[in-house]
Amino acid sequence: MSSETAVIFGATSAVGQALSKIHAEKGGSLILIGRNTDRLKATAADLRTRGAPQVDYLVSDLDDFDTHEELMQQIKKASSDIAKYYFFYGTLPDQKECEASWEVSQKALTTNFLSAASLLTLIANKVEKETKDKANRGIIVVTSVAGDRGRQSNYVYGAAKGGLTLFLQGLRNRLHKTGCSVTTVKPGFIDTPMTSDIEKGGPLWATPEKVAGDIYKAAQKGKNEIYTPNFWMPIMLIIKNIPETIFKKLSL
Amino acid sequence: MKKYRSWAFIPDGEQKSVRPPWADFNLGAFSDVSDSLLAYGNGRSYGDSCLNVQGTVIDSRSLNRFIDFNEETGVLKCEAGITFADILAIIVPKNWFLPVTPGTKFVTLGGAIANDVHGKNHHADGTFGKHVVSFELMRSDGDKLLCSTSENSNFFNATIGGLGLTGFINWAEIQLIKIPSPFIKVETTAFHGLEEFYTLSQEANSKHRYSVAWIDCASAGKNFARGLFMAGDHSDKPANHNKPTKAVQAEPKLSIPFNFPKKALNRYSIKAFNALYFNKNSMMSAGTSYQHYDSFFYPLDGIGDWNRIYGNQGFYQYQFVLPFDKKEVLEEILNKIVDSGLGSFLAVLKEFGDIKSPGMLSFPRPGICLALDFANHGKVTLKLAEELDKLIVNAGGAVYPAKDIRMSSEAFQSYFPRLEEFKPFIDPKFTSDFWKRVSKGNKEETS
Repeated sequence: MSSETAVIFGATSAVGQALSKIHAEKGGSLILIGRNTDRLKATAADLRTRGAPQVDYLVSDLDDFDTHEELMQQIKKASSDIAKYYFFYGTLPDQKECEASWEVSQKALTTNFLSAASLLTLIANKVEKETKDKANRGIIVVTSVAGDRGRQSNYVYGAAKGGLTLFLQGLRNRLHKTGCSVTTVKPGFIDTPMTSDIEKGGPLWATPEKVAGDIYKAAQKGKNEIYTPNFWMPIMLIIKNIPETIFKKLSL
Repeated sequence: MKKYRSWAFIPDGEQKSVRPPWADFNLGAFSDVSDSLLAYGNGRSYGDSCLNVQGTVIDSRSLNRFIDFNEETGVLKCEAGITFADILAIIVPKNWFLPVTPGTKFVTLGGAIANDVHGKNHHADGTFGKHVVSFELMRSDGDKLLCSTSENSNFFNATIGGLGLTGFINWAEIQLIKIPSPFIKVETTAFHGLEEFYTLSQEANSKHRYSVAWIDCASAGKNFARGLFMAGDHSDKPANHNKPTKAVQAEPKLSIPFNFPKKALNRYSIKAFNALYFNKNSMMSAGTSYQHYDSFFYPLDGIGDWNRIYGNQGFYQYQFVLPFDKKEVLEEILNKIVDSGLGSFLAVLKEFGDIKSPGMLSFPRPGICLALDFANHGKVTLKLAEELDKLIVNAGGAVYPAKDIRMSSEAFQSYFPRLEEFKPFIDPKFTSDFWKRVSKGNKEETS
């Protein structure tokens, strides 16, 4: 759908940038949200050259809930007709540090779950009130395969993403009658700066471009839930179905 | 550690790397943690000039953003890790084109500057460096130098063709050329022997922006040095062209899925290919035709990973230029290649003009340039290349570092007379496997 306007929360993330590029090349406008002014500016200039008719950016620290209403006002000012809301931001906390410090855990839960839940609440209320045709409306949120089952190696991150996945299920149910779709995206390992401390390589690692391509397609179709790359679906099906009595003994 | 290789596969060591996601990274911080650094673009250099096996390479491919495109003046500013393919996808629909392009669009902007690449229009437009307006050079001490012909012009001249040794090119600004459509009007003529090539080339170069020849390096006797000469110009879309203009091919349609077995390419298969190619094309495409720029400039980009046909052992690419008055040496070299049976089907002959590049170590210079691949048959191939080196040194020619894995330091010094002038601009933290090799035994070694 060319000429649609999309809001990108986490526009300077690797997948956020890749998705924005696809959107711009299709002729869509963008509103970019991120923390770093220079990086947002660089991203906006790139997307304009790549074909986006209009690119605005708003600098915001999304961990600060108190600014969310103000941010939504600014988004509304930038465009009165927003088709898609994409959520790409997140952090990958170190599980051991989370175990040692509640502060670290709380911050991870705040960024990866509460902040998105707060924004989604405001967006859902806005969409419900809108009178325009909502057939192309979509909210697309990146959670993670880590949210499918709690594991000792990353259950704080997993709980945040799993909580978000449940939140989205409810939201999808609620917004169904408005025509606005809610898409949950569960990526596996993506080769990005967020995962730069992990040894990479092998077939399980996907590029941000591949993941963004899958997400763009899912958003256009208004899908409910996707795994990307899609080979994660059977993998997670198995992992979800291992009986807890066995699972608790595994070191995954 | 990830695998970083060059296009011809031969250096095959593990390579440490860092990949900055944003252009605001701190080069000084990298140089604290590594002995030595080198920028790595898209790995299309054939030899070891893009590798730094004992140190770290800075993978520039995430720095691929457009910064500014002035559609009125055709001045384009981009981060240096962007590829020509990405640039073309944006500029061609607006009737602009790269001022100079090599035979693949999968090179980065930074790599094009560091190797001062040339194309089929060298006689008309010079090298890529000639069209660079400015760039930012990051140095390992944290300095960021804005370089142009008027500012830090010494660094500008050292960095163009400077093989990445002067620092990290962060962004660059280039002047594009205006085109009427994505099409090239091409005139193809068959020739037999070098004399016919010289005549065709001289005639064409005063009239056409682009010229290049494919030459058979496998046949002796009456077919010796036969080839096809192509002259081209940007043109309007041909009137009989009803199909919609295809979008630029960002990804190859075909791909070589595996490395070919060792014996697949040999004297006989290459000879057969050459005969087939010559006969098919001299009959079918002689005369005037219209080609989309993608097939005119980038015929091999249509086949992904074509380097795999040479198998695991890789191949050597050998590209050299000889002054115009050394035509007999070119004839001698061609004879040697034919006799050896090692020449491949990708031999390209091109006349370089006299437009001077700003680059101190720029490879192109007035004369005749030949580029070809040799499958890697170990010692036999190396021995042939050394023999050719001697002839080229004696004739006052040069071999192209971007495609080299084996030239000696003596040969390098003979090819690049401005070497001493260049050395003071090398970043003390930067080096490459190529540089380590060619500066060995050099009393003023810098690396």
